[in-house]
Amino acid sequence: MMKEEKGKYKYGMVIDLDKCSGCGTCMVACASENNVSVRADESDKERSITWMQLFKITNGKPFPDTEVSYFPRPCMHCHHHTPCVSVCPATATRIDYNTGIVSQIYTRCIGCRYCQAACPYHARYFNWWDGYGLAKPFSKGLERALSPEVSVRMRGVVEKCSFCHHRLMSAKSKAYAEGRREIREDEYIPACAEACPTQAITFGDLNNPRHKVSQLIKSPRAFRLLERLGTEPKVYYLSSKSWVRKMADNYLPNQFQQVTKAMT
Amino acid sequence: MDSPLISEDVKRCSAWKFFFWSLPWLALLAYGGVSAFLCLFMGLNQTNMSNIFAFALWIVFDLSVIALGAGAFFTGFLTYIIGRTELKDIINAAVIVGFICYSGAVAMLGIDLGQPLRAWFIFWHANVHSMLTEVSFCITAYLGVLTIEYLPLILENRKASEVRDFRLFGHNLHHIMAVFAATGTFLSFFHQGSLGGMFGVLFARPFASRWEFYIWPTTFFLFILSSVAAGPSFTILCSKLAELFTRKKLVPDNVVQLLAKISGWLLAVYMVLKIADTLAWVYGIVPKAGLTFMDFYRQGPYGVWLVGAEIIVFGIIPAIILLTPKARQSSGLLILGCLMNCAGIVLNRFIFVVVTLAIPVMPFDRFWSYLPTWQEWGVALTIIGYGFLLFSASYRYLPVFPKEKELNPAIYS
Repeated sequence: MMKEEKGKYKYGMVIDLDKCSGCGTCMVACASENNVSVRADESDKERSITWMQLFKITNGKPFPDTEVSYFPRPCMHCHHHTPCVSVCPATATRIDYNTGIVSQIYTRCIGCRYCQAACPYHARYFNWWDGYGLAKPFSKGLERALSPEVSVRMRGVVEKCSFCHHRLMSAKSKAYAEGRREIREDEYIPACAEACPTQAITFGDLNNPRHKVSQLIKSPRAFRLLERLGTEPKVYYLSSKSWVRKMADNYLPNQFQQVTKAMT
Repeated sequence: MDSPLISEDVKRCSAWKFFFWSLPWLALLAYGGVSAFLCLFMGLNQTNMSNIFAFALWIVFDLSVIALGAGAFFTGFLTYIIGRTELKDIINAAVIVGFICYSGAVAMLGIDLGQPLRAWFIFWHANVHSMLTEVSFCITAYLGVLTIEYLPLILENRKASEVRDFRLFGHNLHHIMAVFAATGTFLSFFHQGSLGGMFGVLFARPFASRWEFYIWPTTFFLFILSSVAAGPSFTILCSKLAELFTRKKLVPDNVVQLLAKISGWLLAVYMVLKIADTLAWVYGIVPKAGLTFMDFYRQGPYGVWLVGAEIIVFGIIPAIILLTPKARQSSGLLILGCLMNCAGIVLNRFIFVVVTLAIPVMPFDRFWSYLPTWQEWGVALTIIGYGFLLFSASYRYLPVFPKEKELNPAIYS
């Protein structure tokens, strides 16, 4: 069993599903920011790479009672016994307890895909093909759209959401240059949170009581995905609809009411 | 043509006949070679694996052949450590089958990796918390042990033994074989167990997750037990197959009966523990995750029949056959019992690999299906061609079955 350390920072995300319109801007912003590889035909969704993925859910009721909601799903950056980190044989994925961020070391990944088997959120993606921009004659100029901040991935390795870790690095460098020891709350925000047109995504340090995220997670509307498995995700969701909250985890008959009662 | 390589004591078919016998297996090898080349050159997009089915046909094959190859270490353990010397009549066959299974599995794993050239990173950047690290270390070391166990047999070849140093080296290796048998047993216990542990530790996948005893989930112990239960059965099947094709009796009946009895007992013990483990899972792990037993068996073709097939049809029934002296003395029932035992272990590995990944954990996630491509089948089936070739070449050129002459007086009179 890996030791869980208490770090200074614990970055996390809160996604307000009541505000999410399912527009998909977060997915596009994420893919663009992180040089996520694309192919001419992306119809095979089992092999598409979407660090941030939008799941559509409905309450299953017929019209006119039908209700729809969306689950934007980045990597959960599980804090307890991170399932993918503990299984990686080559230490190619690590959790930094000082930031809480689960990272992927592309040049060390051997492509065994055990981490994908361990992750119940399907947050990990394998590069089934060569990435664009790697082989120039075939890249058709796509390499000009690449961000210089994020390394492209080679074929045969696993990748996933990094909470835009490079943005943390930039913010820290800027703070250092300005003679500050700490970065401000608004200085480090992942691309998805920045791009969301309804401001449904909030990001910050869960350890810092002044940060908005640490206040939001105390809301009775707050819950996490598959919380009962004990992975301690650092991505929280907010919803006022109980059917949405119920959809986030597995419950035995009548168990959901008991769990919700115990929480409130 | 190749007669100088064949021992003068035994009778073997003509070189031409052997060549034609090898052709279909060579064709299978060529098919696998093309498939492997495509997977290595073009990438794993040649398969039907996906981000959902990260493990698929190859891992099922790997886990199955490694379990079936357990006959090598277990027969070695019984022969050299427990002292059942009569098993020396089958140990060579067991070692060759083990070598085929392990070397085939390692080669297949090399193709299964997204970055095969980085395979050594497992040793260099080893994560001691990962069951897969333990598997990699033990399998690599054990393949070395199997090579050492195979070596004296190769050095006993007519031409090789003409070289004095080879003969002496082989002879000396024979004397210290108990050391390697013990090492092999130790390594095998750990990697067979860790292969089970790999799935039992997936605590975020309630279908595979199991209780942990210290650091080992129950699947760790169940995989060891099921592999030693099925391994001897597979050794029996291979020797029976060799007898069928050579039209000779190669292994004494008492040896086969002893192995079958041991296989039956171990299978029976495994079944008791497997049932206990399944109950503990159904009433412990499953409700804790907010699920019921039947929730897992509503997806696609994976119905509750899987449990019945694994435990009753391919578990309890072969155990009864192998444990009933009258049944196992009948050649047909013995083969049926061994076949069902081996099928049971393959089904068990399939369930842990494919069904675990097929069942979604998030309630709003959907079920995905998977069928292997011809390239995946090519790489997987090659191991069969390779196995037939290596086993028949060993039978032709090496003294695999020490009792061959004694058991076939009609041919060698």
